[in-house]
Amino acid sequence: MGEPLVHQALGMTDDEYEAVCVILGRAPRDAELAMYSVMWSEHCSYKSSRPHLKRFPAEAPWVVVGPGENAGVIDLGDGWLGAFRIESHNHPSFVEPYQGAATGVGGILRDVFTMGARPIAVWDQIRFGSLDDPHNRYLFAGVVAGIAGYGNAVGVPTVGGELAFEDCYAGNPLVNVMALGILRREQLVLAESGGEGTEAVLLGAATGRDGIGGASVLASASFDDTSNAKRPSVQVGDPFEEKKLIEACLELYERGLVIGIQDLGAAGLSCATSEPAAKSGMGMEVDLRRVHVREPGMTPAELLMSESQERMMAFVAPENVDEVLAVAARWEIDASRVGTVSRGGALRVFVNGDLVADVPAASLSEDAPVYHRPLRRPDWLDDLWVDRPVTNELDAAAGLLKLLDEPSLADPAWVYEQYDHMLFLNTVVGPGHDGTLLRIKGTTKALAGTTDGNGRRCYLDPRRGAARLVYEAALNVAVTGARPMAVVDNLNFGNPEKPEVMWQFAETVEGISEACEVLGIPVVGGNVSFYNETDGIDIYPTPIVGLIGLADPYPKRPPRLDRAKAGMDLWLLGPDTSQDLAGSVFQKIVLGTIAGRPAEPSPDIAAQLTGLATRLAAGEIVSVLHDLSEGGLAVAVAKVCIVSDVGVTIDWPGHAFAEDPHRLIAAVHSERSDRMVALADAAGVAAHRIGTFGGEEIRVGRAAVNLERASRVWRTALPRRMGQDSGRRTANATSGHACR
Amino acid sequence: MKAAVVVFPGTNCEQDAVYALESVGVEAALVWHRATDLSEFAGVVLPGGFAHGDYLRTGAIARFSPIMSEVERLADAGAPVLGICNGFQILCEAGLLPGVLLQNAGLRFICRPVQLRVTSTDSILTRAARIGQILEIPLNSYEGNYATDPATFADLERNDRIVLRYSDPTGAVTAQANPNGSLGNTAGIANRTGNVAGLMPHPERAIESVLGSSDGRVLLESFAMSMSGADG
Repeated sequence: MGEPLVHQALGMTDDEYEAVCVILGRAPRDAELAMYSVMWSEHCSYKSSRPHLKRFPAEAPWVVVGPGENAGVIDLGDGWLGAFRIESHNHPSFVEPYQGAATGVGGILRDVFTMGARPIAVWDQIRFGSLDDPHNRYLFAGVVAGIAGYGNAVGVPTVGGELAFEDCYAGNPLVNVMALGILRREQLVLAESGGEGTEAVLLGAATGRDGIGGASVLASASFDDTSNAKRPSVQVGDPFEEKKLIEACLELYERGLVIGIQDLGAAGLSCATSEPAAKSGMGMEVDLRRVHVREPGMTPAELLMSESQERMMAFVAPENVDEVLAVAARWEIDASRVGTVSRGGALRVFVNGDLVADVPAASLSEDAPVYHRPLRRPDWLDDLWVDRPVTNELDAAAGLLKLLDEPSLADPAWVYEQYDHMLFLNTVVGPGHDGTLLRIKGTTKALAGTTDGNGRRCYLDPRRGAARLVYEAALNVAVTGARPMAVVDNLNFGNPEKPEVMWQFAETVEGISEACEVLGIPVVGGNVSFYNETDGIDIYPTPIVGLIGLADPYPKRPPRLDRAKAGMDLWLLGPDTSQDLAGSVFQKIVLGTIAGRPAEPSPDIAAQLTGLATRLAAGEIVSVLHDLSEGGLAVAVAKVCIVSDVGVTIDWPGHAFAEDPHRLIAAVHSERSDRMVALADAAGVAAHRIGTFGGEEIRVGRAAVNLERASRVWRTALPRRMGQDSGRRTANATSGHACR
Repeated sequence: MKAAVVVFPGTNCEQDAVYALESVGVEAALVWHRATDLSEFAGVVLPGGFAHGDYLRTGAIARFSPIMSEVERLADAGAPVLGICNGFQILCEAGLLPGVLLQNAGLRFICRPVQLRVTSTDSILTRAARIGQILEIPLNSYEGNYATDPATFADLERNDRIVLRYSDPTGAVTAQANPNGSLGNTAGIANRTGNVAGLMPHPERAIESVLGSSDGRVLLESFAMSMSGADG
């Protein structure tokens, strides 16, 4: 009954409100309450996940900046560093797909160029409900258009990602974005305020009333039928403003004009003032009247909470302020001197000389509550783990065509051809392959990247599912010739107040940690997205693993899916077991169920196979090197055949669609097979010749599918559903969205 | 002599253009859109991107940037002026080339390699190529759908000013091979004197086989030849 109290409307619990009163020794003012509500939100404070995240291995000799900064930074050698991070924009993208996805791209780019890096690539991980539902088609089209509209215009190529469709994402799509930047070591900047007297200069877009409460009421709450009312909490993006901001900031770093810098994302000014000051053990005096605003009459609370996009807070020595303002003017962006760093640790906020907030800066970021939420293994797993023998007679040909038509496995060109994936002339291996390979011009180095997820398998066993994601990601990077270097993760989960969800979360963290330890790679950053729940239904636990690798020297002709030729041999590298259907796409599509316990990954084999893949690819010994993932051997081989335009004949007794871990296929010229086998032997990896490329058919045992037919099914699966059959036609009836 | 690569706020292919020009022996320098003196330059490239955010309409604001009067002066003087993608759109808005670039017929952004047939060598973009040559070069645009009124188009065809057309891999100029609905499969055009040219595909993205194609080199080499011609 009655209106909720102010702190409740801002998403705070009564206990949290009490804690604020204790810190301040009094009741908070409006502006103060606003700041605590966003800074202590789940999204900003990680209050439910923090105790678990400590488990991640975060150290390695090549880690320059680990978790806790805006992005992880690794050493690439010869003075080069790589900075990367992953973020989710799930709830905004459901409420407003175009702007939600667009601002997701903008936000993650700022995390990267805040570190001093030039962003060079973006990967997109997007998941929706079934495309049979027009609303899901609208969300899918809108999200892709938003990523394209922002990414293309801001001038950072979108070079890879993954696409999946499951009913559990119908009420809560997932939009995760990973961005990668490179920088010279001397340009590294951190989110620090510097000492007393340092000036805080707010750069970029004017502050308006958009995105107020984005981190708290939108990102940190579940969805129900009132969610459309949250549309004003979605931010609006302007890629043009961000492009100018990137160039201006890079010039500031190059000229050494900033002491530290912090982007304004979730929690806006509240975060960009308090965090850097707290990190430097300082306080700050801020004058809100100096903030350049888009609309008059904003209250102090609104100014402090606004999540208006394309803003950065630079910390500048007083003698450099004029230079900084001149650089901003040259790049045609606004800049205002909004504050000064002070001693004593208090963040004091003024409007026209009136004090509207006076709080310990560190209390906003460091005194946020930490919840050790209860865990409980879900009862439903007992039912799911009961073995169900596969009873129906397998028609491999029909099964293959059905799987090639499955949108999650189909040709993703409909998506990535809407993204500029070639800008900067770095893309040696682009989207549509296992991993992306981006050269660094003027060096012998290239960076490989991938993002991988598998909600079904993680639902059936979060620990094994998550560990296998890391191994799969490592293979995707290794097949480009790179050595896996570091991981970032985006942990998408349901409501953390449910013990089953927290158990899934804890198991996932454990699985990722174990696999990273096996491969010797650290987790250098990440993001947690809870409350992916609509009307009480949680999504599958869906960790996304982003992995970056380094190839030096990089192969000029790395393996690619389209490089198989008639006469080449087809090899299977890794164990020849093939019985794991638990959570497989075959189980979902053909058997119509999701059950069983996914196979336990093997740490030894994972490490050996990953090392072998890197050597085979870097040495340009094999023409195709492709990991077996969703759809198993049959789908993996079919994709190679389709994009290489060549048939194959396979003689192999295993289940064609099983998804056992740690397996690769390779296409090799026969004169090179000896070298490949010798390397495999040396690595302790089994190699089996299972077929030969040639002809017009994909023949697996007795089953045969005409290559052209398979190609047509696979290539048209997405365009057919999205209302466009070929490369050129008009009217996308499902989109209905204004976008450039 | 140097080529000026013009940078508007929102331009994003400027570094790629400089890299590619240098790979064919053209010295190139970035010039900000507020510059008002290009007298030290023998040619101009307007690279791809989203000048002024493409707000209002592609190229509509960029044509009023201070540098454009200098670009016009050089064009009138016969210097090579090349517009790539957004640069092509700007040249059309500025009236240095006829026609406009509409939204793609499919109403979606297109980033993929396309086949082009060289249909005229009478321009700074194609003089090193041969008629009928087929080039594979990436397209990367949302507004790439070339259009004019019928009289203008007839004039373009009559005077051999359509220098590149979208084709299939055999060089046949077919409706099926038209990625974006462009009138007459037009991918690139030149002015009457051949010294101002624009195209939607990105030749600078096709200069090294490690990135997939080096077919764009012949177009940039044409520009390089024209630069040395302009020198004399």
